[in-house]
Amino acid sequence: MTSIDDILIEHHDQEGPLLPILHDVQKAFGHVSEDAMRQIAETLNLTRAEVYGVVSFYHDLRMEVETRPVLKLCRSEACKARGVEALVPLAESQSRVKVETVYCLGLCSVGPAAMVGDQVHARLNQDRFSALMAAI
Amino acid sequence: MKVRISDDALALACGADIVAAGFKKAGVVVERVSSWGMHWLEPLVEFDGVGYGPVCVDDVAMIIDGRAQSIGRIEDHPFIARQSRLTFARAGKTRPTSLDDYYATEGWIGLAKAREIGAAATIDVVLESGLRGRGGAGFPAGIKWKTVASAVAEQKYIVCNADEGDSGTFADRMVMEGDPFMLIEGMAIAGFAVGASMGYVYIRSEYPHAIAKMEAAIRLSAHLIAPFVIEVRVGAGAYVCGEETSLLNSIEGKRGEVRAKPPLPALEGLFGKPTVVNNVLTLATVPWILAHGGDTYAAFGAGRSKGTMPIQLAGNVKYGGLFEVAFGITLGELVNEIGGSTASGRPVRCVQVGGPLGAYIPPSQFDLPFDYEAFAAADALIGHAGITVFDDTVEMAQMARFAMEFCAFESCGKCTPCRLGSTRGVETIDQIIAGKNVDANLALITDLAETMKYGSLCALGGFTPYPVMSAIKHFPEDFR
Repeated sequence: MTSIDDILIEHHDQEGPLLPILHDVQKAFGHVSEDAMRQIAETLNLTRAEVYGVVSFYHDLRMEVETRPVLKLCRSEACKARGVEALVPLAESQSRVKVETVYCLGLCSVGPAAMVGDQVHARLNQDRFSALMAAI
Repeated sequence: MKVRISDDALALACGADIVAAGFKKAGVVVERVSSWGMHWLEPLVEFDGVGYGPVCVDDVAMIIDGRAQSIGRIEDHPFIARQSRLTFARAGKTRPTSLDDYYATEGWIGLAKAREIGAAATIDVVLESGLRGRGGAGFPAGIKWKTVASAVAEQKYIVCNADEGDSGTFADRMVMEGDPFMLIEGMAIAGFAVGASMGYVYIRSEYPHAIAKMEAAIRLSAHLIAPFVIEVRVGAGAYVCGEETSLLNSIEGKRGEVRAKPPLPALEGLFGKPTVVNNVLTLATVPWILAHGGDTYAAFGAGRSKGTMPIQLAGNVKYGGLFEVAFGITLGELVNEIGGSTASGRPVRCVQVGGPLGAYIPPSQFDLPFDYEAFAAADALIGHAGITVFDDTVEMAQMARFAMEFCAFESCGKCTPCRLGSTRGVETIDQIIAGKNVDANLALITDLAETMKYGSLCALGGFTPYPVMSAIKHFPEDFR
């Protein structure tokens, strides 16, 4: 099991290491905890407030554990033009899957699009979206 | 028998892996290549130059037997034949992380040429090409390079802005997933020209496939670009980090807040050092320019918009995908002839050009030529050249509201017009939609848009008025 120490050592000679460290911490632990923020701050000679400021700025970083499976649904203009808003009630009618809004997956010619982990899905309609939600 | 199938994110999202597995199961050799950019045909299968698509796994046996309906030779397809592919010359033809394929298709010639003619002459070639920043601002790349080259510092940087967050754009993603060595070569040329030994590619986290391909390609080509070194940095879901100064802060490990300019990043950029910040397409076009000459590139295009633009047809469009063409083509040709109008079959109501900060343009203005100056004169912008098509079911007041909502969600919070203006904008448009004091609220939103346009630090707050005011101007009936 990777520890925060391991991650900090791995990035010790990198310029501007904070964001890469936070990515690795979130990948290893699912979130960036208060303890992790304090340990990172101490090692990088930053204040805890500075690290908190960075963690709270970026949409991808979370301070709480998310136990549910996460689906990122694109609701940008191109996916709106292709009907993503019709899928939103389906997403909101359940709570098993955490459906997060994302602004653009770069699949703008084949939307509506969604991402689960690193897997991308396009040309979603009611049936395909339901099947995707049920499968994760 | 050997077939070729793309492995870029869009092809995968359309089921390319399942199709590829089907061919492998049937004993067919499958080569994974970049995408041709004909997205309505993905997954597109190529066998002996002939294309089939969109293919599902049930079609595999028919294609093998020669009974399937083809689209003919892909190179002769009108969508491809009408293009001038310079930056996307390899699209569909090469394996993205194959150095052999890259060598075989004019790879590394631009870098060799740069090293042969020297740094100053390299910048002259880029100046001569008229290449302008493809990220949206359209600033001449050669002038930016020259500024960095003449700055005196012990360390300089090349930063590639791959934070392609604009809806309706995917050309950067296609470069990184389809032809990563071209971007690496472009960055190495830039580094050589300005005297920078370190380069960063800042890729948005929503592009895991691009990140993987770029990291693999950097490992494979490190010895070819040495002493120049490139490192990938991954964003964390902040749209505003596509703004260059905010991107620099993000690489430095700070909140992605916008910096006031001056100082220009060219003089005081990453870690306070002279820095070239260029978009993916800008840097990716440089190897072609060096290999073929600045004048050859400048022969394409119109007026002060030189060369070609990889235009992205997106949204409710029948033939969506990547269309690289010389500047000067009209919006109407792009949307109706090449894009084939809407995917839904309903009439086109408008297009949004240039992402979430771009203006909504009605069909009455489709004679507008694709050209930086022509768009600016029409109160619109080319941006990253994404065209998002909407049919007549779109509610423009909702789209105007969304522009403000998006700005509020993505604002870095540093300047007041953007941080507060966007939220007040949402509230005011809500009032208009509810039919309350419509005239007074329209006057208020016009005033607010002026304040945001002229008072914001960067393009997020400064350009949000474009979609809002263009929607009100061209579709007033949606606000009554």
